[in-house]
Amino acid sequence: MYRYDEFDHRFVRERVLEFRGQVERRLDGSLSDDEFRPLRLMNGLYLQLHAYMLRVAIPYGTLSSRQMRQLAMIADKWDKGYGHFTTRQNIQFNWPKLKDVPDILDALAEVEMHAIQTSGNCIRNVTADQFSGVAADEIEDPRPTAELLRQWSSLHPEFTFLPRKFKIAVTGAVHDRAAIKGHDIGLRVLKHPTTGEVGYEITVGGGLGRTPMIGKVIRDFLPKADLLPYLEAVMRVYNAEGRRDNKYKARVKILIHEAGIDEIRKAVEEEFAASNRAAIAADPKEVERISTYFAPPAYETLPDTSAVLDAAKAKDPELKRFIETNGFAHKVPGYVAITVSLKAIGAAPGDATSDQMRALADIADTYSLSELRVTHLQNIVLPYVKKDDVPALYAALKAHDLGTANVGLITDIVACPGMDYCALATARSIPIAQDIAKRFADPDRQQLIGELGIKISGCINACGHHHIGHIGILGLEKSGEESYQITLGGDATENAAIGERLGPGVTGDDVPDTIERIVDIYLAERQSGERFIDTYRRVGLDRFKGAIHAADA
Amino acid sequence: MSKAQPLPAIIIANDLLSGDVIFLGHDGWELAHHRAAVASDQSAADALLARAKVDVAANRVVDPYLAQVQIGGDGAPVPVHYRERMRTRGPTIRPDLGKQAGL
Repeated sequence: MYRYDEFDHRFVRERVLEFRGQVERRLDGSLSDDEFRPLRLMNGLYLQLHAYMLRVAIPYGTLSSRQMRQLAMIADKWDKGYGHFTTRQNIQFNWPKLKDVPDILDALAEVEMHAIQTSGNCIRNVTADQFSGVAADEIEDPRPTAELLRQWSSLHPEFTFLPRKFKIAVTGAVHDRAAIKGHDIGLRVLKHPTTGEVGYEITVGGGLGRTPMIGKVIRDFLPKADLLPYLEAVMRVYNAEGRRDNKYKARVKILIHEAGIDEIRKAVEEEFAASNRAAIAADPKEVERISTYFAPPAYETLPDTSAVLDAAKAKDPELKRFIETNGFAHKVPGYVAITVSLKAIGAAPGDATSDQMRALADIADTYSLSELRVTHLQNIVLPYVKKDDVPALYAALKAHDLGTANVGLITDIVACPGMDYCALATARSIPIAQDIAKRFADPDRQQLIGELGIKISGCINACGHHHIGHIGILGLEKSGEESYQITLGGDATENAAIGERLGPGVTGDDVPDTIERIVDIYLAERQSGERFIDTYRRVGLDRFKGAIHAADA
Repeated sequence: MSKAQPLPAIIIANDLLSGDVIFLGHDGWELAHHRAAVASDQSAADALLARAKVDVAANRVVDPYLAQVQIGGDGAPVPVHYRERMRTRGPTIRPDLGKQAGL
């Protein structure tokens, strides 16, 4: 894992001290609310429906057991004993008091964490594939790239007041598990088709929200050394040309849509060619220094099959289901990456209690080289688990209600906080997720349905990524009541697609029945080997429209 | 000209220090909505909002606004919109948290 150097430590400490002074001046009246609001937002502090909310960045989702323990401590000492892991690999605390926030930020700084740039019109937390460094289909670990981008984008003086917020995601694998095409900039590590050199494919202009767009390729191959100069050229073009007259048209996706990708590509290439690339590019020594932090850990030499695990699976069908559902192919023989579901049936997606956080930290110490990952699907990954250890690991997880075997299935639902917490929400998300999970609680039925991702947002801003859910649910207000619009066919992977609207909105109570009818149609139409998304693509939206019409009858 | 405020209405805001949802009562800010002062006409609503803004300027509260209410059988005001009703209680998924926990 990356460790702060002396400069990083000093920078974060100074920033906490600065915010402490700002809070003091707010409380003694030297700063008005209008003056203070942008300052607190720059430090990740929002005012929500019931209380303040602090959003803490987990850079590219990588977390040490020590950091996880500190998050648990913060949840107990200054919040209400839990935290919410978000779709942007952040954690949110829902109940901090303003006067305590500087102390919370100090506690975060102790473990090399902060809440800087988790809000505002700047480059936000850089996200990455949760299986970075361990995925069998990986070309290169994307985390050194993500860390370089984190350092470059932190308080970059040119990009602190962009037209709108800006999100970057990175994947180093063949399969996109970081939803890069739904981001303002997406980076995919790839090998040059003729030379074999490792570089990046760059996509720009993806984004969800009220105008969802899939990112377009602006550069099909960028040499690694050109990363910062090229991205700086993209940011400069956006900063100069992006609209500031209308916040709903200010994201880079609108600029790309209005000007056209060819025009923007030309402008970026001109800016890139004219810039002082040598001055902007990262020092190769610094790149090397960063990379050393992500060197593979000291793996043991193990056979790829584990007699211990195979024997335990034969005896315990629940364990068998767990490892087959939540296990992920590791690049090192004898190891597996385990996804811990934060979607127990009836739970709030992404929520973890302080006890669960401490248990995860202990389990990571015992079984995963003290490292965890937070996924944009609101789960936790243990990246370095020996297959021999899986039976004991599973028992430890189960003891803390963390053994749910539903990763990638219909009850592994992504949901934003919605109107249960969020001041922007137009409807609730979490109870809808809970009701659907309860309806499909039967594990055999979940397995029968197979891979199916439901994503729920409580407003048009789409923090729940509903546009790219196989089934997307958007909560709106209709005539003073909550109403839910359903979309089908969204896809967050390399085959990214925006879901299509099924029909008029339904009430919250009708959502589980509607999902049930959609699933029934899918199962009736499914051909051998098809997942929901495959069947949907083959038969099309119209075949599913009866799921809504039946609800109206 | 601003849109007329649907009436009757109460003032909802947040406490600056704690972030708690608070309601403007007859004798200051209240944690319970049933103790909120109710404005039945526009001039009373304007007067409530003016009082709230004094406390914004005094750095006690933030984000005050008027919310339409109905008067329940017990005479207490209940917000008309589900959003504001949730603000009087807390997260619907966590009855152990927020104001409802103390009810």
